[in-house]
Amino acid sequence: MVAHLLTPQGLDGFAARWAPRLLWTAGLMIAAGLYGGLVLAPVDEEQGEAYRIIYVHVPAAWLSLYGYMAMAAAGAVALIWRIRVAEVLLGAAAPVGAAFTALALATGAIWGKPMWGTWWVWDARLTSELILLFLYIGVMALRSAAEDPRAGARAAAILALAGVVNVPIIHFSVEWWNTLHQGPTVTRLAAPAIHPAMLVPLLLMAAAFMVYHAGAVLLRVRCLLAVEPAAALAEERA
Amino acid sequence: MSVALPHMPRGARRRAMGVLALLVGVGVAVALALLALRENINLFYSPSEVAAGEAPTGRVVRVGGLVQAGSVRRAEEGLDVEFVLTDGAATVTVRYRGILPDLFREGQGIVAQGRLGPEGVLVADQVLAKHDENYMPPEVADALREAHERSVRGAAPGGAP
Repeated sequence: MVAHLLTPQGLDGFAARWAPRLLWTAGLMIAAGLYGGLVLAPVDEEQGEAYRIIYVHVPAAWLSLYGYMAMAAAGAVALIWRIRVAEVLLGAAAPVGAAFTALALATGAIWGKPMWGTWWVWDARLTSELILLFLYIGVMALRSAAEDPRAGARAAAILALAGVVNVPIIHFSVEWWNTLHQGPTVTRLAAPAIHPAMLVPLLLMAAAFMVYHAGAVLLRVRCLLAVEPAAALAEERA
Repeated sequence: MSVALPHMPRGARRRAMGVLALLVGVGVAVALALLALRENINLFYSPSEVAAGEAPTGRVVRVGGLVQAGSVRRAEEGLDVEFVLTDGAATVTVRYRGILPDLFREGQGIVAQGRLGPEGVLVADQVLAKHDENYMPPEVADALREAHERSVRGAAPGGAP
């Protein structure tokens, strides 16, 4: 069963079945999460209604890190075992993660203007998250730069793995250095510093984004396998 | 050494070591670079650092701290405002002309950017509000404040809850 998924044909069949289901599920969860966050959750005492952007910003930022780790894991498998489906997963995960990163940066800037008083500040959190976006773009560019998609994927995998060091930097930036960005609310060791009525929709949105991530990556896997099928079969035998 | 991984021929084992070396190598290199740069990565100086003379004068710097309660003085006319930033140990007076962010209030975390004058006054050209990590509905905040006031009635006011 698992071995079957490691072949391009097997993964394609799996993605054909699961991508639509995951994307529909994610759509429903996002609808429920946004209703909970934008309508049901109470206003924040300090920020009023403006805080509600966290229901997109925070899950998008989490997924930008989760997506990077998933992409780097695929890269490690691709480098070590030379499995083509891992190379395809790496290529499929990069644009999805980049989209979440861009979304986190954009929503952060939109929130920052009224709350902080500026769209952007070069503090450690914002800068390291911007570097994450550049890493994603670099992986995408490197993958498609080589004539042979398999060689491109291996080069991209090395970049993806080298960039893993940025993930803990992003997460701990607000603790290691003083920044304008606030510290962690949900993932700190003490109890979350957010009211449960506000937290539940946030976690629902995070779960929804994870399901969307899986569905979107599988959809892109199908595209990549469709675009590069000949290479797939030829290389798989080699 | 038995690791539960899908079958690992010699080449794969060697490449796994390569991946591990890459992760460790990049990690160590970046850690050393960040260690060397750690002062420069901080966004702002605290009032204590300013008091200790660690912040350069005559250059644009940022100073961050809490707006001291009762220290905000606004001009009769215009947008001139003066307030004191504190970190509990030292203070820096900030002068600013402009529109303050929505979250600006006494007790709030603030980052002010400007030049430090010789007498230790920061003439700011930008004031940014720093939000904390707490989110709560107003009713809960009111209840917390009331409980806090009950428990400290008679004691000196001030300090973050």
